[in-house]
Amino acid sequence: MPQRGPGPAPTAAPADAVRAASVRGIAEELAGLRGPLLPVLHAVLERHGYVHDDDVPVIADVLNLSRADVLGVVSFYHDFRRTPPTAHRVTLCRAEACQARGGEATYAAATDRWAGSSDVELGEVFCLGNCALGPAGTLDGALHARLTPERLEALTAGWDR
Amino acid sequence: MSAVVWVPCDAAAVSVGADAVAEALTAAGATVRRNGSRGMLWLEPLVEVETERGRVGYANVAPAEVAGLLAGDLDDGERCVGVVDDYPWLARQHRVSFARVGVIEPTDLAAYRERGGLAGLERALTLSGEDVVREVTDSGLRGRGGAGFPAGIKWETVRTAEADVKFVCCNADEGDSGTFADRMLIEGDPFTLIEGMTIAAVATGASEGFVYLRSEYPHAIRTLRRAIDIAYAHGVLGESVLGSGRRFDLDVRVGAGAYICGEETSMLESLQGRRGEVRAKPPIPALHGLFGRPTVVNNVLTLSAVPMVLADGGAAYAALGTGRSRGTQVFQLAGNVARGGVVETDFGITLGELVEGFGGGTASGRPVKAVQVGGPLGAYLPPARFGLPMDYEAFAEAGAMVGHGGIVVFDDSMDAGAMARFAMEFCAKESCGKCTPCRIGSTRGVEVIDRIRGGVQREANLVLLEDLCATMTKGSLCAMGGLTPMPVRSALEHFPEDFGVDAGTADAVAGEMPESATSTDGGARP
Ligand SMILES: Cc1cc2nc3c(=O)[nH]c(=O)nc-3n(C[C@H](O)[C@H](O)[C@H](O)COP(=O)(O)O)c2cc1C
Ligand code: SF4
Repeated sequence: MPQRGPGPAPTAAPADAVRAASVRGIAEELAGLRGPLLPVLHAVLERHGYVHDDDVPVIADVLNLSRADVLGVVSFYHDFRRTPPTAHRVTLCRAEACQARGGEATYAAATDRWAGSSDVELGEVFCLGNCALGPAGTLDGALHARLTPERLEALTAGWDR
Repeated sequence: MSAVVWVPCDAAAVSVGADAVAEALTAAGATVRRNGSRGMLWLEPLVEVETERGRVGYANVAPAEVAGLLAGDLDDGERCVGVVDDYPWLARQHRVSFARVGVIEPTDLAAYRERGGLAGLERALTLSGEDVVREVTDSGLRGRGGAGFPAGIKWETVRTAEADVKFVCCNADEGDSGTFADRMLIEGDPFTLIEGMTIAAVATGASEGFVYLRSEYPHAIRTLRRAIDIAYAHGVLGESVLGSGRRFDLDVRVGAGAYICGEETSMLESLQGRRGEVRAKPPIPALHGLFGRPTVVNNVLTLSAVPMVLADGGAAYAALGTGRSRGTQVFQLAGNVARGGVVETDFGITLGELVEGFGGGTASGRPVKAVQVGGPLGAYLPPARFGLPMDYEAFAEAGAMVGHGGIVVFDDSMDAGAMARFAMEFCAKESCGKCTPCRIGSTRGVEVIDRIRGGVQREANLVLLEDLCATMTKGSLCAMGGLTPMPVRSALEHFPEDFGVDAGTADAVAGEMPESATSTDGGARP
């Protein structure tokens, strides 16, 4: 039995035993890679949408790392979100090339529109590599160009209920 | 016979509807093939129809127009750009690394070979490692990731190091705003990168390689993974590279949204599964790199230049360019520019030829106020500096840098003071936190710039800003903190009015600083 960190003895099954088994499976499958932690976290993200706090000890156990090591990595990188994704996600580029094309106006309009929304999450990103056709952004993961406030509005018109 | 049409699968083209155009063309009975982008991004989606004259291009095609396009309705209008290979914007370039991008299907290995692919690797396999490295050294090839370090010297260090295993790592983190050439190369011609990395492995005795590719580039990740699978299936990669008996394994690793992971030691930490914190150098990665082993770390464009260097010889590559900047550079025109995209030319072309000649000025039609060259850590330059030749040394002398070749254009609505503030803000956001000048200095920098712009004790705060810039330049562990002063200082120097400062005051403050504080390549250069 691999050594576990301090904490309550694992008497009850984890909140979601199915998820724990799935995460364990992912980690075991990738454990043989060199430097497996980032590939494991990406795979968890892909399968489950986010990294749950309960995933951390499972991954630490399989990869023979401390929980602090895993948590430290999870918290360092912007990608490893720790809450379930919302129904829709808008990520707008706020870097120089998109600023030069009016991206900040789009970001401001999006902030106004979705402040406090529980369905739409607005995020910022610094460069999507679409710098000649900005303002760039992703809508539910798909890359878009020339996102003026009007175009963003038109593309997401169906989102508001 | 149905028409054969080409529709780019490049992410930028897809972002303006190329997939829908491809579907509509298929539905209309055309045979659709997917290429990378030619790099004329303002024309995307650029559909090319095969004719006996060559591939004829149609710009900005919408799905509803495809029937008309196939019927020849667009032939006489401006939307038809003629034979794409002869289009002046493209024909005036010198495409070496990008020779096949936009021309072939990205993962068509046979087409890659037909157009000269694998000739460099085949030749490298007949040479000793020492001779391969010598070709690269003779070519004068310098790192395209930003610092411009000679590739051959780095490779020689790895080659002569003793170890149980050595690595080749490609830096495809491409975090700089205004750059997208790494992405377009990978999406348009991934075998060139695979071949370049394999040559690096053969030359240095490395047996494993990784491409560290940013997660913001899902199209590139898919294309590169497919290309690697195909390369394995055809014996380009794996236990016997092209039947030579030499092993080289290659894998893609995806970043996780951290700008600092483009710094090479941070990238290595990340590849090892750790927080992307910068390592102190020395030891250098060439000796103590990935998992402490000798490691070649090069940018995508550095490695992608290598197949040509080996195929045609180092001297042929060295014959291009100017001064100590040899070969070609893939420039990227971005931001508020009329004709944005990829311009590959020999070094030595002037900044003005790129921005005005190729770029056609701003997209908004207003005057150009400034360009930022070399990413978020690069300088802002006004049109008065457009005579500068694109050359590492000339740029360094002008207090600027070529960096990864990105040029972001701004029109006269730009507020240089706000951009200087943003440079500090970005540094504060993306700092790895390992050293104080960067982690704390950047936050203080935002505050000081706010005070200057707000008219609070302006002169005293200008002195403080210079002091802070000097501390960051000299005291930072890596170029993140070390070069953030470059956009700040250049914005202040060229556009003091945007800080509420008159030119005389700005000069006086800059003049008080010791020489080292205004030099751009202190110990912090990567
Ligand atoms: C903050 C920071 C970010 C960097 N980002 C990148 C990058 O995205 N891609 C890259 O190739 N090099 C980047 N570099 C430069 C690398 O540290 C390194 O010099 C380069 O990968 C070496 O390859 P080259 O010699 O082929 O250029 C960055 C450096 C710093 C300090
Ligand atoms: S300069 Fe900034 S990014 Fe670089 S090591 Fe120091 S804290 Fe990290």
